[in-house]
Amino acid sequence: MTHPSTPTADGEALAFYVAEDAHAEGSTMLGFWIYLMSDCLIFAVLFATFGVLGRNYAAGPSAAELFELPTVALNTAMLLLSSITFGFAMLAMEKEKLRTTLVWMAITGLFGMAFVGLELNEFAHLIHDGATPQRSAFLSSFFTLVGTHGLHVSVGLIWIVTLMVQLGLYGLNPANKRRLMCLSMFWHFLDVVWIGVFSFVYLVSVLQ
Amino acid sequence: MVLPHVRFPRILLMVPVFGLLGGCNAVLLSPSGDVALQQRDLILASTALMLLIVIPVLITTVVFAWRYRASNTTAPYDPEWHHSTQLEVLIWTAPLLIIIALGALTWISTHVLDPFRAIERVGPGRPVAAGVKPLTVEVVALDWKWLFFYPDLGIATVNELAAPVDVPIQFKITSGTVMNSFFVPALAGQIYAMAGMETKLSAVINKTGDYDGFSANYSGAGFSHMNFKFHGLTQQDFDTWVAKAKKDGKPLDQAGFHELEKPTEAEPVHYYKSVSPGLYDSILNMCAEPGAMCATEMMHIDANGGGGKESEANLERLQSDKHKVREGNESPGATFPASGRAAHGDEQPQGMKARPNAGEANAQKTEPGTKQGDAMPGMPGMKKDSPAPAQLNN
Amino acid sequence: MFSNLDLQKLVFGRLTLEAIPYHEPILLITFAMVAIGGGALLGVITYYKAWAYLWTDWFTSVDHKKIGIMYVVLAIVMLVRGFSDALLMRAQQAISFGDNQGYLPPHHYDQVFTAHGVIMIFFMAMPFVTGLMNFVVPLQIGARDVAFPFLNNFSFWMTVGGAITIMLSLFVGEFARTGWLAYPPLSEGTFSPGVGVDYYIWALQIAGIGTTLSGINLIATIVKMRAPGMTMMKMPIFVWTSLCTNVLIVAAFPILTAVLVLLSLDRYVGTHFFSNDLGGNPMMYINLIWIWGHPEVYILILPAFGIFSEVTSTFSGKRLFGYASMVYATVVITILSYLVWLHHFFTMGSGASVNSFFGITTMIISIPTGAKIFNWLFTMYRGRIRYELPMMWTVAFIITFVIGGMTGVMLAVPPADFMLHNGLFLIAHFHNVIIGGVVFGLMAGVSYWFPKAFGFRLNEFWGHMSFWFWVVGFYFAFMPLYVLGFMGVTRRLSHFDDPSLQIWFVIAAFGALLIAVGIASFIIQIVVSFRNREALADLTGDPWHGRTLEWSTASPPPDYNFAFTPMVHDLDTWADMKKRGYVRPLEGYKPIHMPKNTGAGAILSAFATIFGFAMIWYIWWLAALALFAILVTAIGHTFNYRRDFYIPAEEVVATEGRRSQLLAEHA
Repeated sequence: MTHPSTPTADGEALAFYVAEDAHAEGSTMLGFWIYLMSDCLIFAVLFATFGVLGRNYAAGPSAAELFELPTVALNTAMLLLSSITFGFAMLAMEKEKLRTTLVWMAITGLFGMAFVGLELNEFAHLIHDGATPQRSAFLSSFFTLVGTHGLHVSVGLIWIVTLMVQLGLYGLNPANKRRLMCLSMFWHFLDVVWIGVFSFVYLVSVLQ
Repeated sequence: MVLPHVRFPRILLMVPVFGLLGGCNAVLLSPSGDVALQQRDLILASTALMLLIVIPVLITTVVFAWRYRASNTTAPYDPEWHHSTQLEVLIWTAPLLIIIALGALTWISTHVLDPFRAIERVGPGRPVAAGVKPLTVEVVALDWKWLFFYPDLGIATVNELAAPVDVPIQFKITSGTVMNSFFVPALAGQIYAMAGMETKLSAVINKTGDYDGFSANYSGAGFSHMNFKFHGLTQQDFDTWVAKAKKDGKPLDQAGFHELEKPTEAEPVHYYKSVSPGLYDSILNMCAEPGAMCATEMMHIDANGGGGKESEANLERLQSDKHKVREGNESPGATFPASGRAAHGDEQPQGMKARPNAGEANAQKTEPGTKQGDAMPGMPGMKKDSPAPAQLNN
Repeated sequence: MFSNLDLQKLVFGRLTLEAIPYHEPILLITFAMVAIGGGALLGVITYYKAWAYLWTDWFTSVDHKKIGIMYVVLAIVMLVRGFSDALLMRAQQAISFGDNQGYLPPHHYDQVFTAHGVIMIFFMAMPFVTGLMNFVVPLQIGARDVAFPFLNNFSFWMTVGGAITIMLSLFVGEFARTGWLAYPPLSEGTFSPGVGVDYYIWALQIAGIGTTLSGINLIATIVKMRAPGMTMMKMPIFVWTSLCTNVLIVAAFPILTAVLVLLSLDRYVGTHFFSNDLGGNPMMYINLIWIWGHPEVYILILPAFGIFSEVTSTFSGKRLFGYASMVYATVVITILSYLVWLHHFFTMGSGASVNSFFGITTMIISIPTGAKIFNWLFTMYRGRIRYELPMMWTVAFIITFVIGGMTGVMLAVPPADFMLHNGLFLIAHFHNVIIGGVVFGLMAGVSYWFPKAFGFRLNEFWGHMSFWFWVVGFYFAFMPLYVLGFMGVTRRLSHFDDPSLQIWFVIAAFGALLIAVGIASFIIQIVVSFRNREALADLTGDPWHGRTLEWSTASPPPDYNFAFTPMVHDLDTWADMKKRGYVRPLEGYKPIHMPKNTGAGAILSAFATIFGFAMIWYIWWLAALALFAILVTAIGHTFNYRRDFYIPAEEVVATEGRRSQLLAEHA
């Protein structure tokens, strides 16, 4: 990069402009990270809400009666495994291996679907037992927190499918790699949030 | 700890804003209760503290703006001058010092004037005598009127409050509807009235007289007329007032409360000579409805791990918000289409009086007693046969 | 109409013909005016065949300058709407005494004050501030555009979508009558059934997405795209305040989004977050909404502070006094703004220690704010102050804001607040700081940057008219409210019994009329200036002897802003360049890499608005369809990989050549 310089009044030679077309790169990662932080705040509000309302059973069923920890543990395992497999997809991407990347992404998607499926199943059981979101403030905040996370995972699944199609069409070009990085951040972020949900909502509520 | 009564020099009142108030009835600046008086002093003290810095700033602004105008070439011009450590220190520490003083004043006064704390004096230099029992008043905000219980005297009143001078009053405040704010400016600062919760206010009135009280938090269509008179009376007059209430009033029971609960605007004053026991507590615990479960019971169940999966019955007993609508009461904030009236129409919500100069043409069109609120003064509530507005949102 | 009611419900949800207020004269006239005005506008556009131009050059534009201008246009339109609401209220309160009930029944009046607050904050002040930041920040940091140009266009259209939604409530159905923050339990489905609160929720949610994304965008822009040499401590002060504002946006708006989602769930699904019964807690809403709401006022005021700093330094012909302390003050305000939210409800019954903690943190904010005022004063000290319009607004601001700040600190003392809370004193206070601070700042900003945006200056006569009517009108409109506050008058009343209050309300109404003349003068000023644009033309690009980089390029700037990316050596870069004898480069132009226009943002926002409308009226099929359309469009948009192009070097040569010619003629 050359810096054309102009002699100034005080005798210094100073460049006042860049001769090349300077182009800022890498703001996508920062921007996406800031987005994740803002999303994190939404979860923070939902966690806080659960913290305030989580014992207001309204003379209805309590967490200890409703939650089945083994199922939730299985669910958690699904999501944690999916994070690992997404890590493998990213490693494959680093090595420019398109097919391997796609395979790992597909596996990630399957784990993700299993997670969402198990969660929906849990919800169905709860509602069947009369533990609906309308039953008490505790259940309202529980369904909303866990449901919002589930919704994020579902959006992540749609994203995985879309990106797989785009990878198939256009290969590992810089744009697609950037998108993979973003999706990877998103997916791991959801994992971290789920660890919060698992400990704070399920474990603490049941084991206290 | 009692906030010392500071005497302010008269000159302070000459400050322009206060000067304007000389001619009018600025109740906040000349209250009649000791708590409001201390709050007034606090307003004046904090203003005086801030004027210490505000007045110099205002003067400097005008002086600099004038002196350094471009056309004044005699003023010095120093385009590169942009830093001075001494000045920087000054402009950060001067406000800091004032805030330290104000912060100390805030900490002390907030604790002294905490509305939940029983007052320790009835006036400057007049501590509450040992053994004096405060007058307890239980306050309930309704759509759009105030219900006052005097548990020690067994009476209740609507939209009228009275207390003997120089006797501490202990208010216990809740709401039978949405949030309101209980405020008698001459007596003491306001505090919110919220359903299912009890706030407290401790105050005393020092001068006899009739004072305005009202809701200071918007609560729906009839909010503008949700006011009442507060009478500061001598002990003798107060006793007469109580006797009158006992003589003129009806008894208040649960059914009477449900009638009273219906939305009405500018409800006239009336008295109840007796109150069925526990009525205030049941309103506070959102179980004035027959068969409803009280919040205390619910919280007891919750503290013991909830009511279990087979608790459908509890759900029905706890829906106190919905019962108000089921009773045929229009919701205080209903809009089209749930209000049952055309959008932006002139027809008034339930309980509101007809507007003589706004809805005249419209009022004639409306069949009497269908949807129009009861326009007859003195008749609380809506006609019984009138249908509840459609509640499309439930 | 329909024999089968169920079919009607299925197709139209709860929307019926009765939702159209054709029997209400005020609304009919409004609607007629909007229809005639809008029709005339559309006619003119069609007549001049300007649709294609508008669509390709403006609506689909990803150019930060055009988006910034569109934001400001939206803000001015919504200012007129919000101000009409203010006039309605002032008129009602001025006449509604004793037997006279005024002309607005309470349930109308309640909608008017709710709409006034919501519109002025979300659809006037927010787009205005965002528009100015959008236009100015990339120019001041020497960038070609923002970090995410498409997202910028999308954010703008989402804001428009929200504004359309709230405007619709005027003509289809009703708006909320809950007050501008929709406190539960009043805003709950049980206590406010109907479409009012739903309009409120969806207007804010749609616009809120735009605001959050635009905040993310501008942070990334400021952090990543500064010209070489521009370290953080060499950023223009307006960029600093913009950065802090956008950090506040990103850290505050998600909270609003979340809390409104919870309120919608209560209303649509029947959950119990904020209900009185079944364990809900309305106080949680009040806490959460103010955790967003307090930073929100700093989101509005910080950019205004930045504008005043730029203006004071430029028109005093002097470097800003205490740049570093200005920056620290801004950062301190940013952080402290999260520690004060409880001061909005001292009267909710928190303990004395909690109340005094929040009271004292509130007072502490006045320290950095005070430091800023002193810094402006010492910038004026030993300056050569040219009283152009922006500077006049600045001096009016300093005086007005100091008074507003003082009354603010009075409200921060909890026991004093017990007296003043929810009274007209409070109303006077926040209009004192929002008009005296934010609006004056925006007016200063508009008159300051207008020549940059359009290439000609604003007419001075009408500018002075606007200024004096605004300032004098403000004092007439709000000083009486302080007095009424001391008389114990509370807010949101549509009728009064005490006739002695009336005179103060009449004075306030008179003040509002003066402000109306001020607003009209402002609009006339723009029209007159446009007609005299030849005479008012700014050929140099630097009409005010500016100090920052935006004044180094042409007015209006070319699409690419700078033919060459500038190198920064000092604060006040452009002043520094001029001082050191910078010579404008005349050759060596290269092709310039630029983002391409796209209509995806406008289309997505249209679907989002339809989705909101369908949700408000329970037209479930339409909501599902619109949601699906959003999803498909969004995914479809990601399949577009060609989002950029190069401006050929020849075009740059031609553009810059024209400028050289202009500069030569001018010199």
